Parts: sequence; structure tokens; C-alpha cells
Amino acid sequence: MGDSREAKRVQNLLALQDEALRLNPNLTRRDVLKIAGYGSLAAFIAACGGGATNTPTGITATGGTMSLGSYNTDPGSKAGTQAIVDAFTSANGGTKVKLNTVDHGTFQNTISQYLQGTPEDAFTWFSGHRMRFFAAKGLATPIDDVWSAVKSNYTSGFEASIKGNDGKAYAIPTDYYPWAVFYRKDVWAAKGYNVPKNWDDLKALCAKMKSDGLIPIAFADKDGWPAQGTFDILNLRLNGYDFHVNLLTGQNGQKWTDPKVTAVFKKWSEITQYYSPAFAGLTWEKGADQLLRKQAGMYLLGLFVSDEFKASGSQADVDQLDFFAFPHVGSSFDAEEALDAPIDVYMLTAKSPTLQNDLGQAKAFLEFVSKGSTQVTYWKNAPGSIPTANDADTSQYPALTKKAVQIVSGAKKITQYFDRDSRPDFAGPNGMQGFLLKFLSNPSQDTTNLQKDMQNFWDSLPPE
Amino acid sequence: MANPTTSVAPARSQQAPEAGALVARRKRRYTLLTRHDKILLAFMVGVPLTLDLVLIWGPTVASVVLSFTNWSGIGPITDKNFIGFKNYQFMFTGYTLFWPAFLHNLTWLAWLTFIATPLGMFFAVLLDREMRGTRIYQSVFFLPVVLSLVVVGFIWELQYAPTDGFINNAFGLVNSGHLIDWLGNPRINLFAILVATSWRHIGYIMILYLAGLKSVDPSLREAARVDGATEVQTFFSVILPVMAPINVIIVVVTAIEALRAFDIAFIINQGKNGLELLSILITNNSISEASLVGFGSAIAVILLVISIGPIVLFLSRTMRTLA
Repeated sequence: MGDSREAKRVQNLLALQDEALRLNPNLTRRDVLKIAGYGSLAAFIAACGGGATNTPTGITATGGTMSLGSYNTDPGSKAGTQAIVDAFTSANGGTKVKLNTVDHGTFQNTISQYLQGTPEDAFTWFSGHRMRFFAAKGLATPIDDVWSAVKSNYTSGFEASIKGNDGKAYAIPTDYYPWAVFYRKDVWAAKGYNVPKNWDDLKALCAKMKSDGLIPIAFADKDGWPAQGTFDILNLRLNGYDFHVNLLTGQNGQKWTDPKVTAVFKKWSEITQYYSPAFAGLTWEKGADQLLRKQAGMYLLGLFVSDEFKASGSQADVDQLDFFAFPHVGSSFDAEEALDAPIDVYMLTAKSPTLQNDLGQAKAFLEFVSKGSTQVTYWKNAPGSIPTANDADTSQYPALTKKAVQIVSGAKKITQYFDRDSRPDFAGPNGMQGFLLKFLSNPSQDTTNLQKDMQNFWDSLPPE
Repeated sequence: MANPTTSVAPARSQQAPEAGALVARRKRRYTLLTRHDKILLAFMVGVPLTLDLVLIWGPTVASVVLSFTNWSGIGPITDKNFIGFKNYQFMFTGYTLFWPAFLHNLTWLAWLTFIATPLGMFFAVLLDREMRGTRIYQSVFFLPVVLSLVVVGFIWELQYAPTDGFINNAFGLVNSGHLIDWLGNPRINLFAILVATSWRHIGYIMILYLAGLKSVDPSLREAARVDGATEVQTFFSVILPVMAPINVIIVVVTAIEALRAFDIAFIINQGKNGLELLSILITNNSISEASLVGFGSAIAVILLVISIGPIVLFLSRTMRTLA
């Protein structure tokens, strides 16, 4: 359920990039309303919300203690989180932060038990449908007071991304990253490759890479979710943003059996022959490794691939990393320049046993992570995560980050990623992850039955 | 229990026959069960019974009830959540993963029954022959049993990984470019993890069986040898029948292992893409971010019904040997 708020956000990022740091006049009131109404699917359950403390007495507090549940387990992001926590402790009168880091996948899979049990005071999460879902169930504490204190540091596009269905603020956005096609400049220069402008260029390039002994497109789908990035971008290019959002949310009666979805799979099947061998057994890190070790020519992934370059390679490798937006496919939706650019956030839980006590400290923490300087600290450890705050020091950005900001700014439509825009149960391992793997095991198949299975699965899901 | 005291028991209120028998005797003998004894008895029966009800039957009944709802795991369950047999209907007719998962469990059972368990028994018989270094072999085969299945999964992932795994590298498949995707190809990954499971299962069965073999009276073998039976004849006609109780345990253990198969497949890829198993469908539906608790419970109920088979077999055999 990413939506036009994203598009607006992008334009706001443009503003950021222009160093003008002004609000984007393009975000109309109507847009905001449209965005707010997006979660209406889940709105009727929202009645059980409540239970959240929302007393802005003093808002923040120094000293004391608080706890933080984090899913940042990749080396870079883990170090970045620790750096933020340490900086917060020294900046906030020695507040002791109990940091509980849980494996990323496990954290995601157990989130609903986690939030209903005895969670930490604050936690790392995603914006989009996945945030609104838990906010609507009353498992997150609204933070309107914190947000109104810090919102001047954000372009207005971000505001929409952290609002729940009830219009309250639930999260502080701290970073985002675009999805694009990554490559090594040195490899491309040596072989004389050029950035493909359209679909035929891309296929021709793949064929050339193959004859040069490279894996044309690194692809690694053991975890199931990476393939969704390719589905997203192909669907956005071929069928446009509105269709994509309707499809992923089942709105306006959009069905998976639509021939437009068939077209996506058909297009996709034209490039699967250029994928990494045995991709269903490779983790995304292995895919990044193939690019890093000059075995593969391209890799469609999020900017976090640079984290892996930093962790497994040298700075020289990171410097060689470059990317381009997914090429046009010759549809009328090419002009949207749409892409996935997920936003990561910090939120407050509702059921933390210590939250009553630590509310001030937890809110101080949220305020702290909204600062550009904090986000830059994190970004230095995890260069794949671009700061969201207006006052982030952009002068330190290397070319790669600058380009990432630019590509997001240039997009007229932005989505959050399949598993953030759709229902988690639909996107999960026994849902679309499995279906896409099934497609990829035999890409030339007639996908009619597969699409029927997808729609049946969607229809079987209970109302949110 | 068919004995004279039973006929007395019915007269003695609603107490169980055994207790009735004791009470009857006490009347005659005057003492025996003091109030203290009765309290103790009630305590010793009551505590396990309560634990059984609370920890096993409570959740079981709850699962059955939940299987008729579409509860998401959050908030209270209201009338609106009850959707009748819809979960079951979808599971059998619409859910594309149920029958594959069922089939995978069956494959698992067949593999363990016909390959892994017999191999474990075979090793046990070999090791029972007091050959040199038998202790070392025992330790080697038993070692995987000590490891958690999570560790086993990880170890085998290192063997099977397509580009940097041991197997593909050892056979030169990486360099020749003919990678075998042991864990990603849905046609072979189930068998790949069955090999990994067997690695552990064989040691387990071996130890169980070896313990049984050790308790077989050696004079039986001697008698067989004196009568001119061959090794094979001795095993199948003398040892195997004597081992009947152990054999039942082995069969039940095998069946249970097949039904609760979970860890390795889950470690490898969360049980998708050819590794679907009933236990994993339950987990992925009910305790993942998906939170389809109702639907997950319905699958759990089916697994429960299937599991009752070997349990009944086991109990009926145990009861018979006790009687």
C-alpha cells in the first residue's frame, strides 16, 4: 500500500537534494486524505485500537533506562544501531538502553507475538501497510507529541508514511533505500558495456555478457523475498503504479488472474535464462558476492547491496559500485519512473511492561533518531540506508548515495516493496514467495493455473 | 482387572475399580489406607492429571475450537470470528500447499521406514558383534543425535550450498558449470534433506536397537548356533521375535519422527519451494507475521488426527504387554 504519498515524498527528497529544504507544494490535501484512506481495508478492525498511552506531560526525560528491540543483524546495520544507542546514552544524561537484537527474519516472523507479549519499549520496523496493520490493532503507541516536535525536520511526504489509519503518528522514519540494477564500473569499463536504455538493450546486454563468460544477472532467491523486487518493477513498468497497488491490496476488485499479470510473467521469462545458476539455493548475500567477485554483470537489489560490498570487500570495491534505474519496457507507464524505495522506522510498542516508566526516555530516543546527525552516524556504518532528516549532512555523501537520492527524486511513483505494500500473510513463504519460486522453477510455463492459485489464496485470507 | 474384587467395586460408590478394591480390603483388614495415604494418592494422581489436562488437552481442545475461526491472533475472539468449516474446506480444496505437504510427510515416513530405520538397525547388529573399535563406531554414529537439528541443518547447508558448498565443489560441479541446486530444486531438495535427517536418525535408531540387542540372552544365540542356524536365520527367527517390544518402539519412533519433521526444512528455507511439511504449514500460518491462527489450527487438527494412529498402536501394544 505504498502510494502517491511516496511519489510526493520523492519530490520532497528532490527538495532535500536541492538543499532548498522546503515543503513540496505538490502534496495536496486530497493526496493526504487519499493516503489516510488507504488502510480502510483494515479500518473496521481498528475499533480495538486504544490502550495506548498518549499523555504528553513533559514528553521526554533524561537519565533512567529504556529498552530497544532491533532487527538490525547485518554487520553494518548492527554496528550502526549500537553506535546510535551509545550516542544516545551520552547525549541523554546517561540513559541506559537495553538493546535486544533479534535475527531479522525471526523478528519479522514473530512480530505479532512479540508486540503482544512483553516487548521492549521501542522497536525497529517498516513503514507502509506493515506499520498501519499493527497500529490499527492497538499494538503500537501513537507518538503525535514527538512527531509534532520533530516534523519540521522532515519533508511532508514522510509525514504520510508514518500516519496510521486513525491519522495519528506512529513512527519516526530514519532511512530509506531505492531498488535498482547494480553493477561494477570497472567490469563494465573493461568490457565496454553501456547502460541499457530499454528492454531490448537489456536483453542484448545479457546475451553479450553471457558470451563473455559472465552471469548476466545475479539472482538469489533462497529467502523468497528477493524475487518480489523483480515482480514489483516489471509490474510497475508494464502495468503502472495504480494497477500494482490495486493488485497488491486487492482493491477495486483487482484480481491476480488478470491477463496483465500474465504479461508480467511472460516478460519476466525472457530474462530468467540469464540468472545465476541454482538461484533458488542462493541467499541474497551470495548474489552480492557474485557481483563483488566480478562473476556477475548486474544485480537488481536494494541499495543495501553496498553494505555487503563494504562487509565482504574493500572500500575500493564499494567505490566501483554503481547502478541504473530498471530500463523502460516500452509501455505508457515508463514515464512514471516508478521504483521500490522502502522506508525504515522506529516505533513505540504498546504492551511493554516498562514503557509506563520509560516513556520519557523512549520518546527522547525517538526524538534522537529523528536528527540528521544520528542518521548520518547510522549511514556511515550501513551506507545502504539513506538518512531521511532534512538536517542530515548531505555534503559527506559519496557519488553512490547522491545518485540514490537522485533516482528516488526522479521517480514519479514510489512503492515500498511487495512485502510492505501487501498483506504479510499473502507475501510470506507459503504465499507469494512460494508462488514466485514455483514460477521461476519453470518460467516458460503457462501461468494461468498459478495465477488462479494466487487468487484462491488471496480469497481464502480472512478480512484484516 | 477381571477378578473377584471387581464384583465388589460397583457397590462402592463411583470410585475406580482399583481404589474400590483397596477400600474393600481395608474394611476387612481394618487399617492400611490412612487419610494421609488417600491425600498422597489423590496428589499423585491429581498433579499429573492436572498437568496433562492443562498442558496437553487444554491446548488441543483450544486448537480444535480455533480451527473453526478466522482469528488473527490479536484481540478477543468474537462470534464474528466463527466461520464453520471454511478453513477445512479451503485446506482440502483450495490450498495448493496442503496435499504437497501431506505427500512430503508420507515420503518422509516411507524414507525413514524403508531406508533410515533399517540402516540404523543394521548398524546396531553389526556393532553388537563386539568387533574391534566398536565403541568408536558407536560414538561416531551417535554423535549427530547429540547435535540439535538446527545445527544439523546448518551443517548440511554447508554441504549442499550451490556455489560454495562441499558437495558441488568436491565433485567439480562448480568449475564445470553444471551446478546442482540441492536445496533450491524442488524435485530433489526433499531427498537432500532426507539424507541429512537420516544422518541423525540412523544413529538414534542404532542406539535404541543396540540397547535392546545387548539385553538379549546370549544363550539363545548359542542354542541357535548349536542347532546349526546361520547368522541370518538366527537374526530373523530368534533375535527379531525376542526383540518384539523394542521393534514396536522403533516403529513408533520412526512414525513420530516423520510426523513431527520440521526443523531441518525450516532451517533450510522456511519450508517453501518443495520442502512444505504439515508442521511447517502450521507454523507459517499461525505463528508467523501472517497470523492466520484459525487456519493454522485447522492444519494442526488434521496432523493430530493422523498422529493418533501410531499413538493408538503404541498404547495398545504397551497395554497388551503389560496385561
